[in-house]
Amino acid sequence: MYDFQYARPANIVEARAALSGSNEAVLMAGGQTLIPTLKQRLRKPSVVVDLGSVRNLGEVQIMKDKIMIGAMATHANVAASPILAKRLPALAALAGGIGDPHVRARGTIGGSIANADPAADYPAAVVALNADIVTDRRTTAADSFFKGLFETTLARDEIVTSIHIKVPEKAAYAKFPNPASRFALVGVFVAKFKDNVRVAVTGAGPSVFRLPDMEKALAQSFTPDALVDIAVSPDRLNSDIHAAADYRAHLIGVMARRAVAACG
Amino acid sequence: MTHQPSATGIGASVKRVEDLRFIRGRGRYTDDINLPRQAYAHFLRSPHAHARIKTINTEKAKSASGVVMVVTAVDLAKLGGLPCGWLIHSRDGSPMKEPKHPVLAEGTVRHVGDPVVAVIAETVAQARDAAELVEIDYEALPAVVDMAAAVSGAAPIHEAAPENVCYDWHLGDEAATDTAIAQATHVATLDLANNRLAPNAIEPRCYIGDFNSATGEHTLYTSSQNPHVIRLLMGAFVMQTPEHKIRVVSQDVGGGFGSKIYHYAEEALVTWAAAQLNRPVKWTSDRSEAFLSDAQGRDHKTRVELALDKDGKFTALRVRTLANMGAYLSTFASVIPTYLHGTLMAGNYTTPAISVGVKAVFTNTVPVDAYRGAGRPEATFLIERVIDLAAQETNRDPAELRRLNYIKPSQFPYQTPVALTYDTGNYERTLDMALAAADYKGFAARKAEAGSRGKLRGIGIASYIEACGIAPSNVAGALGARAGLYECGTIRVNPTGSVTVMTGSHSHGQGHETTFAQLISDKLGVPFDQIDIVHGDTARIPFGMGTYGSRSLAVGGSALVNAAEKIVAKGKKIAAHMLEVSEEDVEFDAGIFKVAGTDRQKNFGEVAFQAYVPHNFPLETLEPGLEETAFYDPKNFTYPAGVYVCEVEVDPDTGVVRVEKFCAADDFGKIINPMIVEGQVHGGLAQGIGQALLEHCVYDGDGQLITGSYMDYAMPRADNLPTFQVETTDQPTPCIHNPLGVKGCGEAGAIGSPPAVINAIVNALADLGVTHIDMPATPQTVWRAIQSARNG
Ligand SMILES: Cc1cc2nc3c(=O)[nH]c(=O)nc-3n(C[C@H](O)[C@H](O)[C@H](O)COP(=O)(O)OP(=O)(O)OC[C@H]3O[C@@H](n4cnc5c(N)ncnc54)[C@H](O)[C@@H]3O)c2cc1C
Repeated sequence: MYDFQYARPANIVEARAALSGSNEAVLMAGGQTLIPTLKQRLRKPSVVVDLGSVRNLGEVQIMKDKIMIGAMATHANVAASPILAKRLPALAALAGGIGDPHVRARGTIGGSIANADPAADYPAAVVALNADIVTDRRTTAADSFFKGLFETTLARDEIVTSIHIKVPEKAAYAKFPNPASRFALVGVFVAKFKDNVRVAVTGAGPSVFRLPDMEKALAQSFTPDALVDIAVSPDRLNSDIHAAADYRAHLIGVMARRAVAACG
Repeated sequence: MTHQPSATGIGASVKRVEDLRFIRGRGRYTDDINLPRQAYAHFLRSPHAHARIKTINTEKAKSASGVVMVVTAVDLAKLGGLPCGWLIHSRDGSPMKEPKHPVLAEGTVRHVGDPVVAVIAETVAQARDAAELVEIDYEALPAVVDMAAAVSGAAPIHEAAPENVCYDWHLGDEAATDTAIAQATHVATLDLANNRLAPNAIEPRCYIGDFNSATGEHTLYTSSQNPHVIRLLMGAFVMQTPEHKIRVVSQDVGGGFGSKIYHYAEEALVTWAAAQLNRPVKWTSDRSEAFLSDAQGRDHKTRVELALDKDGKFTALRVRTLANMGAYLSTFASVIPTYLHGTLMAGNYTTPAISVGVKAVFTNTVPVDAYRGAGRPEATFLIERVIDLAAQETNRDPAELRRLNYIKPSQFPYQTPVALTYDTGNYERTLDMALAAADYKGFAARKAEAGSRGKLRGIGIASYIEACGIAPSNVAGALGARAGLYECGTIRVNPTGSVTVMTGSHSHGQGHETTFAQLISDKLGVPFDQIDIVHGDTARIPFGMGTYGSRSLAVGGSALVNAAEKIVAKGKKIAAHMLEVSEEDVEFDAGIFKVAGTDRQKNFGEVAFQAYVPHNFPLETLEPGLEETAFYDPKNFTYPAGVYVCEVEVDPDTGVVRVEKFCAADDFGKIINPMIVEGQVHGGLAQGIGQALLEHCVYDGDGQLITGSYMDYAMPRADNLPTFQVETTDQPTPCIHNPLGVKGCGEAGAIGSPPAVINAIVNALADLGVTHIDMPATPQTVWRAIQSARNG
């Protein structure tokens, strides 16, 4: 890696100051994506601003009808959260299925959604759960947060501080892992709310997306069979050595049905 | 000698003594070694699969901070190319094409990762920084990636090989094979590929060159499977420096699987540069570089035809293979698809007529060489796949079709039509054991039960035979080997009776420090913990050919047995002197030298001490000291064999294959340490199942490696594997030509398992009409096979 300055702010104000000091400053949460890119000399930041010492950024809390997850909550903490185990086990299970124990001990929900890797698991959850993404300056609905491949509405110096999730009646995530990386080749998160159903897909396209046809069908009848006749178009889906677009389109159908079935 | 079974002798599952240091982080791998004033090398590698180098400008790099040297091919004019150790002749008698493999690219780069410039600096980071300042102007040339295209008119990669063919080799009786195929009742024909693999040793390659300007001695610390071979190849061919001025040290090595047999450019470069700079130079590969520079494995394309008569007896086998060599000939690349592949085509069967033709092809990809099994997995895969196809096409039970065609125990020694003579074997016994362990009879019920859950269940069988412990130097020499294939061992009995054993075999995970100590403890009656095994240093071990091809115990262990016999013979002389009897009257058993028929005796320690305190030796007839060396050159290969049965479930909705059950029955002859043997089989099975389901080096049309990291190269992990049911046969057929009766077990798992897995998958899909699936059987591949069967 190239040389860089290292800042370890104690709070968000200091973090913002460190970030605005240089155009090449970069935030670091768990470092699970950032550090490998530094090692491969793919990035050359002037300052790495480590959020690791900012207090109270990793809590999972109940706020009225919502659950608030701090941006620095690690995948391991989300997976083990008693609150989520009770109110939203699908999210805990999703976090427990990310990477390996080392990655889960360091990687964070904030880092994952800020990074917007097309194969990351969390984007499917936050979109299907209609989450609000709270930053140091505004709140954005998940639907409009993800813009494309590794692209979000975040400004260069904007800091995700928490994610607010409305608790659904039922939810489940079905992941088809890439055989090599075990990121999502296709991941489908299904959430059933009182008056609507949301279905979000990760891994299959350049960015997370919803499936309105499936949502409508499931709003009518929340059963796997309701999805059987809904064909997913391979247009604009990713193709690589592990899965061409048509196979991914097929897997979306299979994973969606499995997620609905898992909702019980 | 007679033996009391002991807790640490032959046949005991002694825990591996080396693991104490490995699991506590006290191993001494090459990267753990740091020498005073050490500098660091970084290699700038080609980003192109094929290009002409127009200019290289190193000026800025040379003046960058911390840089001590920047090396290009021009600086290496006095060095030779990296040699190939085996000369193969084409069927027309012409020698193989052997284009130069320079240490650094000379005017042309031929694969992505081909080293072009070495930058040496005070730190790794400085070397990398400076490498970014090197300006290379490339003129891209069309890349030749596909083997079929390479041999049909593509522009040559090397001037010396105008059609991109290294050799066109043949073995067997082509006319008899053609006739038998023409007259056959049934011919099963299959086009298949053996997928290219990256070796992925946990420890990446690492080298340190050092030079003593006072003595003129070079030392190379290297992560290698065969330090003496490296000394020979690097000294004689590249550096043109005699052996006595080169020491090669290869201590703890974290896995090789073949990839650390070869002499690599980086070894020669750090050795040369250390002498130029008069300071040590270290290079440690990172994982990305390993994907681009460690010799890869397999990569064959084959058409195989198996002829059967009306009873199902095999009458002929015709094999035509394209074998990928990559961009240059790696050290043993040429022998893998020929004498380690073509000679195995009889498999476990009595097929009377065989014709095997292999064309070795240059492409703009990383060089290909031996990888666990080396040629034998490729042979076994095509034989065992085409047998299953024949069974499927003629409605025969694949187990019974194999049984019908097995070489019977009474037929040994068995001369195959492809040069080898198998000494011993009992294939039917391992078949029966594997089928029993797998509950072959109960399969139909399990299949029905899986069907009720929407899953497709399949069972697959594979027999394998391998030729291990390579093998008589005279045969190897006649077939083109440029080295001998024997092993050397020295036993040094120390004055207090402890024993230091120097072996030319090399342990990089196999557990020799345990197995060999068991052997010596057994032969000399010395306590196990009084024996140290030393390997991996040309300054401490007289000579050695190293470890590969499951040869350590069969060849290296046999050398130690012979050395132990010499120790006993010398010990008898000393004991006779001490006991004042004649040498013929002394017997040796379990560490005691005894006058026959009396209770007069001397123990091993007393004799050892006397050997070094020869106060009243008759020096004309009795030399002091107790140290013996033996070189052992085997009379033949050894032929381990066995049968594997794999059971899978396929999810037809996704194409995902789960290995539900895997049963192995192996015949390795005599076994020294059953636990270590079982571990070797487990490791081999994991790699073989990895090849069958997951692993694949994929290049795009421009020769870029798509699977250059673990994001895309799929390694087997614990949850890809079932709990193995591994056993060795209850009717072993020991090797009859080595003193231990051992056959070798290191590669069997990787050889027998890929066809067992694929046969099981094809069996699961057979009802749909699927007849073949290429490796790796990834979910997408399997799903597509199901789709096209359903639509087709
Ligand atoms: C071996 C391995 C396997 C993995 N497997 C999976 C998997 O199966 N599924 C999966 O979804 N992910 C997987 N990951 C990714 C991992 O789980 C992390 O989610 C991911 O690396 C990002 O989280 P992080 O906290 O490490 O972020 P970092 O690496 O620290 O940061 C990533 C990016 O986000 C930015 N960032 C971080 N925090 C914030 C913030 N609060 N506000 C604004 N910007 C921020 C950083 O500036 C950086 O650009 C894997 C990673 C590895 C190394």
